[in-house]
Formats: sequence, structure tokens, C-alpha cells
Amino acid sequence: MGLSSRHLLGLDGMPKSDIEMILDAAVSFKEILGRPIKKVPTLQGKTIVNLFFENSTRTRISFELAERRLSADVVNFSASGSSVSKGETLKDTARNIEAMKIDMVVIRHNAAGTPHFLTRVVQAAVLNAGDGCHEHPTQALLDMYTLKEKFGTLEGLRVCIVGDISHSRVARSNIYGLKTMGAKVSVCGPATLIPKEIEKLGVTVYHRIDDVLPNVDALNVLRIQMERQSGGLFPSLREYHRFFGVTKERLDRVDHPITIMHPGPINRDVELSADVADGPHSVILDQVLNGVAVRMSVLYLLGAAN
Amino acid sequence: MAKKYLLKGPRFIDPSSGTDAVLDFLIVDGAIESMKPSLSAPNSCEVIDMKGKIVAPGFIDMHVHLREPGFEHKETIETGTRSAAYGGFTAVCCMPNTNPAIDDESIVRFVHSQGETVNDGIVEVHPIGAVTKGRIGKELSPIAELVQAGAVGLSDDGAPVYDAEMMRRGLEYAGMYGVPVIQHCEEPSLAHGGVMNEGFVATELGLPGIPSIAEEIMIARDILLTEYTRSRYHVAHMSTQGAVTLVREAKKRGVSITSEVTPHHFTLTDELVRTFDTNSKMNPPLRTAADVEAIKEGLRDGTVDVIASDHAPHSLDEKEVDYLQAPFGIVGLETSIGLAITELVDRGIITISQLVEKFSTNPRKIIGRSIAIREGSPANFTFIDPEIRWKVDTSLFKSKSKNSPFHGRTLKGKAVGIFNRGKMLLVH
Repeated sequence: MGLSSRHLLGLDGMPKSDIEMILDAAVSFKEILGRPIKKVPTLQGKTIVNLFFENSTRTRISFELAERRLSADVVNFSASGSSVSKGETLKDTARNIEAMKIDMVVIRHNAAGTPHFLTRVVQAAVLNAGDGCHEHPTQALLDMYTLKEKFGTLEGLRVCIVGDISHSRVARSNIYGLKTMGAKVSVCGPATLIPKEIEKLGVTVYHRIDDVLPNVDALNVLRIQMERQSGGLFPSLREYHRFFGVTKERLDRVDHPITIMHPGPINRDVELSADVADGPHSVILDQVLNGVAVRMSVLYLLGAAN
Repeated sequence: MAKKYLLKGPRFIDPSSGTDAVLDFLIVDGAIESMKPSLSAPNSCEVIDMKGKIVAPGFIDMHVHLREPGFEHKETIETGTRSAAYGGFTAVCCMPNTNPAIDDESIVRFVHSQGETVNDGIVEVHPIGAVTKGRIGKELSPIAELVQAGAVGLSDDGAPVYDAEMMRRGLEYAGMYGVPVIQHCEEPSLAHGGVMNEGFVATELGLPGIPSIAEEIMIARDILLTEYTRSRYHVAHMSTQGAVTLVREAKKRGVSITSEVTPHHFTLTDELVRTFDTNSKMNPPLRTAADVEAIKEGLRDGTVDVIASDHAPHSLDEKEVDYLQAPFGIVGLETSIGLAITELVDRGIITISQLVEKFSTNPRKIIGRSIAIREGSPANFTFIDPEIRWKVDTSLFKSKSKNSPFHGRTLKGKAVGIFNRGKMLLVH
């Protein structure tokens, strides 16, 4: 039994059984990552290209590590210095890759829908490593894995995503995945960073972080991007920190512990104060390790099917 | 020897004279010699059996992009007018977003005369001049000269006249010559960076949105300016519920305002963007089901005067890129009539007579190119088969570009020919 799709494009519409299968398989891969020899022959002979049209260090390294630990042959392609900057179209790039007989493509792009476009022009299995502000499925899967590890189940878990929801693919994939798994999801941020009609996704919208804290088990705190300020979407980082920042004082006012997640990289003392990021309820570094395990799981399940 | 045609047995629909009757037409040397029931054919006359077909005063698409001069890889006046002819139009109005823009009388003359030359001139090309020089909204273009050279309206097209003072002066100046200012209504500061309708689907897809209020705010402003300057104003490709309401109320108050919608805006919704097919990207964007319903109601009650395609050809390479980078627009000349019959007439939203009004009577009146169909006048006709079922196949398009979201769609009704300037084109 494999996944219901031969690609991983997003968590919107992904069946619960697929998510469970990925999270379950990730448990075994995490165990492998604890061994002295962390390599298995699962994808030996398979060639994977990491096609990164957008700067990314963490996600690319995490994928690459996952691929190498599964013994795949890995090719890295990044937009800077490549033929893309010489005017080659995405379609041409994709066809070139196809001609080289690649088995799987991991793609990150600044435009939503690019992985979907790719599935129409290449035969390889396509993994979305982040498309614009649309989806970042492996991030949400690793977030869910981390929560499941901590709480045992996602059913009924109260999770709030804090920050710039409008421009966040992490937020969207988390909402889709968590809702499917039965969690209670809310979002919190300035009205200018909450997209229209998001309530229709079945999430509660908050504009005051202090209203959120008594009612959640975990926070997924998003990185706030400087350029949103110059774009007029919020007045200043200082003010953002005062009104939306997750701080120790705020968390101390609540009578239960709240698990803190962040997809990284953190702007310390903007969206998250340093003592919270490094505090006892932070699972931020667990997320990093779990990211490799979850990506191994996805690569294995898609690679085995193809 | 004079070329003679006898159109046998069509249903003739002409809302301008209130005619809806089965008539035969004898056309001699491009003029209507006789129009009566049951005419008999004179010697050496080509008889065309038109039983079950509709004959209407020649249709005009008052909003197309012919791309020449400047973007001939997308379309030329020759390929664009051929597309129009096969789509059932005897005339088109072409927008000035060419390179150079149609902001000088020499370019108006070039475009117009090119239209006379290609395809035996069977499709008349009426240029729309720019309101401002270079369509950048800073200085008025030579409006009087443009109109004298043949411009039938003024528009800065996709770069709307955003400056209120400039719009006021443009309306006043155009108003002197009785030509309308045609506005692509979009307040740029609200629409900036958007690629689809702002709303639930955009939220799900994480694509930047163009809010409905960007369109409505500019229409509201322009209505006030039109009222104040007592000039003429035409809303291009209206797409939102709020826009329909604004135009309806302005008409009620007696403002000299007219409006048009495109077939894609009464057929499709922003749900199509979920495919990430760049042929779902156009400006104004596809809106919601509620907007589609409001547009249909506007078509029914007369708030919407015109159906125009906003035919916007782009090459395959230009469209086969990611969604953010893809240019806005789709071709429409060869699907316009079929979509209107399928979506509007067949579903009882408008009558076939209203359809003729919106494709011929009204747009011709707006640009001052009305025609009268009577004995002695030139034969200028669109022929329609309202019953034929056909499947859209973009590879058969006469347009140079194939960017259509309607490929593979089955439509009911289609133009099967045109007659203009003594020439006939029959499409099978």
C-alpha cells in the first residue's frame, strides 16, 4: 500500500490515511537517524534533483540529507548561476531534466502552482518544497509529526498559527493537514496579514495574542518578513513585537504549558523572544531533526511507488 | 457582371427596426436589392440555403487587441481580423496598447488602412485611440486629431487613467467630439501585484488578489466625473456585482454611461484558477459565482449593453510560465458567440434578439457606426446557426494565438458566416 498520489503537491485534499502513513513511516526513519550508521539503501539507483528557484538553505539541506541517507543520487540545481538567469523558461528547464532521466524532482519556486505545472511536463514524481505562498507540505508534515510525538495524537489538539498568514505557505499547509487530522486550528495576526475569508477553512481568527494563549496547546510562530513593513502591512517590528510577539511574560500569565514551534529562521525578539525560543517548551530543534525523518518517509513512499 | 446572392429562408433579427421574420435577401454587388419572403432567384445567382439559420446586422467586437504594430508574434491585423471573420464579426474595435501606442493620427491611419487591405477588408477595423500620450496618464493625446483620423473611442486600456484630473480632462475633450472614453476600471493602488480575484480561492491558493473594490472604486469615481462633465463613458469588461449595481444606478439617474462584459466573465469563476492553468489569468480576473449571477442579471435587464471578447492573444511561450509571470488575457473572437448562445440564450437569460442588440445594435451605436438593414443599403450581416453543437479546438483557431481556457468545451450555436463589403465568408 502506497500513497494515493504519485506526487506530493500539497496537503489540501490529502486523505487522512496518507498523512498517517507518512507520519507512521517517519517513526522508523527517525530511529535510523539515531543509529551510528545513518544510511539505508532504500533509494539506491534513484536519481533526485533538488530544483530550487528560490533561496533556501534549511529546506534544501534537509531534503538533501534525507535523500543521501536513503542512498539516492542527488543533483542540486539552484536558480542563481543557472540557465534560468539566462532566460531559459521553466518548461525548458523541466524538459532538460526529463531528458536526463531523473526519477524525482524536489521543487521550490516563488510562484504558487509551479509544482503542479511541472507534473504536466515531466514524468518524474514531483515533491513540492514550497510554492509561493501556497503550500509547503513537508514543513506541515514535520510540524504535525513533532506535535504528535509530543502529544500522542493530533485529534482535538488546539494549535494556533501566529503571524503573517497571508504570505505563509507553512500556515496553509498546516491548516489543511491539521484540520484533516482533527485538530482545532486558529490563526492570530494583524488584520492586514490575515487573508480574506480564511474562516471558511474552519479556523478561528484572533487579533490579540493574549486571547489565544489560554485556549491553545501549541503555537506555530511564523517568521515575520521585513519587507511586509515597507509594503505598508504593519507599522513597525517594534510594535509587532509588543502586540504579537510571543514572550515569556505572556506565556507565564497562562496556567498551562504551551508548546512552541517555529519553521525558522527565527527573528529573535521580533515574533519570538529569545528565552521562549530556547525555553523548556520549545520544540524548534526537534522540528529540524524530524524534518529529515519526515522527508525520508515521503521520499521512500513516493520512490517506492514510482 | 454583378455578383448576386440569394439568402434563402433565414430568420432575420434586427432589433433596431424591431424586425424578427423569415425573409429572403437578394444581394447584388454587395447591396440589398430586395428583402422579402419567398424571393425567387434571378439568373446567375448563388443561392444559399439558410433555413434554420439566423441573419443579423453585422456583429462588432468592440474590445479586441490586434497587437500590431509592435507585438506581431502574438497577432497581426491580418490574423486578428481573420479570427474575427471566422468568429462571426464584420467589424472590430482595436485597443491602443500597441507599440507604439495608438496615440498619434499616423498610427490610427496605419491600423485602419491595414484593416482595409488584409482579408479583402471583409472585417472593418476601427481603432480606439489613447486618452493620454503613451498611455501613461500624464498628458492628453491629440484627441481631436485621433478622432478626425478615425478613432471611434478613447482608452488607455490596461493602464487606466488613474489621475482624476486627467480623466476629467479626457472626458471633456472626448465629449466635444461625441466619442466615449472607455475605461479599464482598476484602481492601481488597490490592484497592485494581484493575479486573480481576491477572495476565498486566492486565500486557499496563496496567490495575490485583485479586490472587487479596485474595479468598483474607479467606476464610482468615473461616474461622478462623467456626470460632472456631461460627457460619455463606457465601462470595459465589467466583472463584479458591485460594478453592475453602480452602473445600473447611474443609468437610472440619466448618466451617459454604457457597459460591456466578456463571455469569460459570464461563464467562468475563479474556481478555474485552482488548475493553475495560466489561461485562467486575465484582467479583470475571473470572479465569484455571485458576480457571474449579477452580470447575467445586468445582461438581462439592460444594465450591460455590450458583449465584447477582450480578445488578448499571447504566444504559447509567453503563457507557459509560472502563474505570477504569465501575462493577463485570453483569445476570444472565435468562441464569443458560441458562449453567449450557450450560456445566455439557451439558459433563458436573454433572448436571441437581445443577443443581437449586445453584439451589434448597441456597440455600433456607442462607437457611432450604426447600420441600417433595408433595401438599397449595403449588406452587412452575421449568419448564425443557433442549434449546432461543436467542440472548441484551439488548433483550428485562425488567430495566431491559442490561449483559450475553452479548449475542448462543447458549445451550442456558432457563427456560420459573414457578409460585408460585397464579400461573403461561409464557415463550416
